[in-house]
Amino acid sequence: MPATVAQSLAFGILVGALYALAAVGLSLVFGVTKFLNVAHGEFLMFGGYASFWLFTLLGVDPFASIPLSMLFLVLIGLLVYRLLFSRMAKLPTQEKIRNTLLVGFGLGLILQNVALRLWTADNRGITPSYAREALTILGVRLPYVRVASLILAFVFLFALQLFLRRTYTGKAIRATVEDWEAATLMGIDVHRVYLLSFLLAAALAGAAGTLVAVGYSVEPTMGMHWTLKGLIVLVMGGIGSITGTLVGGLILGVAESATAVFINSNYRQVVGLVIFILVLLIRPQGLFGTKEG
Amino acid sequence: MTVKKIIPVALLVVGVMVLWLVPTFIKSDSAVNLLILTFIYVMLAVSWNILGGYTGQVNLGHAAFFGLGTLATRLLYTSGFHIFPSLLAAGVVAVVFSMFIGIPAFRLRLRGDYFTIGTLALSQILYITVGNVLPKITYLPIEDIQNYQLNLRYYLILALALFTIGVAYMLAKSRLGLGMMAVRENEDAAEALGVNAFSHKLLALALSAFLGGLAGGAYAYYQTSYYFNYTFTPLWSLDPVTITFVGGVGTVIGPVIGAVFFVLVKEFLVLRMGEYHLIVFGILFILVVLFLPGGLVEAWERVRQAIARRLKYRETAVPSLELRKD
Repeated sequence: MPATVAQSLAFGILVGALYALAAVGLSLVFGVTKFLNVAHGEFLMFGGYASFWLFTLLGVDPFASIPLSMLFLVLIGLLVYRLLFSRMAKLPTQEKIRNTLLVGFGLGLILQNVALRLWTADNRGITPSYAREALTILGVRLPYVRVASLILAFVFLFALQLFLRRTYTGKAIRATVEDWEAATLMGIDVHRVYLLSFLLAAALAGAAGTLVAVGYSVEPTMGMHWTLKGLIVLVMGGIGSITGTLVGGLILGVAESATAVFINSNYRQVVGLVIFILVLLIRPQGLFGTKEG
Repeated sequence: MTVKKIIPVALLVVGVMVLWLVPTFIKSDSAVNLLILTFIYVMLAVSWNILGGYTGQVNLGHAAFFGLGTLATRLLYTSGFHIFPSLLAAGVVAVVFSMFIGIPAFRLRLRGDYFTIGTLALSQILYITVGNVLPKITYLPIEDIQNYQLNLRYYLILALALFTIGVAYMLAKSRLGLGMMAVRENEDAAEALGVNAFSHKLLALALSAFLGGLAGGAYAYYQTSYYFNYTFTPLWSLDPVTITFVGGVGTVIGPVIGAVFFVLVKEFLVLRMGEYHLIVFGILFILVVLFLPGGLVEAWERVRQAIARRLKYRETAVPSLELRKD
């Protein structure tokens, strides 16, 4: 029994890092632009498929294809932003949240069905030669690909943190989160900041998609599932806090594993949703959030 | 003025009579089935609209009410209850469940977007839980399948759809409905005028849940077999939202038009290019949200005004037209 517990704890942490990576883009866009892009999960899915096809058709190693899948998602993000989201940038906040949520919902529906038509409903995973190899510590099996994904997720989050804290553009983004009107007065082009954070989020979704495809699998209807994970982590971590997002992701991953071990693996999806609703009702600013996002 | 009022009533009477006579004259089962499906979508969309349109609380988990309705009706009906109490139970179960969301959410004045995501999460919880507890296909009782009375179901579901539209219509005209719309426009201003936002939102939710549950009950009575959790799938949440927006959110007739349009587009596209209707409907939905917030109803209104303007223009231009005739 202790071995099973340790094993699922490990798996929970490994998947939790990906939840955090999936959520951070959602959180970034919401914090900066107040767009609630519920098609974020579909972005992630497209990133996964990009790497899957690069691997299957051209034999590109999935980890090497991460920049390509990020680039692919930047292009999709640019298209989607220019066509749809830029039109809602100037709405008042509540209306903006509502309309972007609806548009994102429709967009998710479209992307999901496009993927279904193009690539069928099959579950697909990337299986390089080293996919089955694992590191075993004290009886706990840690597959290399998932460990690598964990490390990469940490690297991405850390790099994002550095970018937001240390660079001029990053500071402009943070200023826009705090008060976009004041930021405009300080000479920041808010609409460029919007576009930039939207593209950054899309790129992060692409990277997360690749890591999901290599450690787990992708299929056309996964988008909603990952958007929900992102939203759960987002409300737990609070908006705009990368540390909070990381901790929230890990908590969600571990909570799911614990449910699978102690209750029933069929309910692992439910626990996150229950946490989500409890947090919404009891502490809407997030477990680690300090002020209303 | 009176003539203007009589025309819609007459149209309504004729329309209902035509629908009532359909099974007598049209012997094609597929046409009747298509109409039943349309009625169910009408019920779903109209019920969604009471909360989402009138009160402005966007619910992305309507499948929870629909699914609970199917579950209640199906379980009672297959265990020997008459269909009417089974249908009533569908509505009641959905209302009871809706209170678990509604009371805390509205009491805390949860922000609109949180309510929206919360409903999505709740419907997902139900979808997964029902799939785990009842992971099997449900069938109508064997005697019902052997002697399946399609026409009976047609009339019942038509009546339910008319009832749903009737409730939505009466509500829109009533003080209560106007209060709901006031809450949508500006909650604080509505409260200042003596409208209790909490009770109005809660009542809208209860009505929406009851009628959504009833739609589920109708589906459970109509469909011979399906997986228990099928009626909880996110699609049943998505469809009423897109239908209502495409038709005209917040209006009485919008969701009805939207549902008819939805089924027609679906049929048309399925025949021609397979299951592409979801992509087409997704695009339409986005276009409506971005460019035509009033949906088809607004589009029709614009066309009508344009025609009226043209006619007026022609009235003044009549002499010159007559001159040209000669």
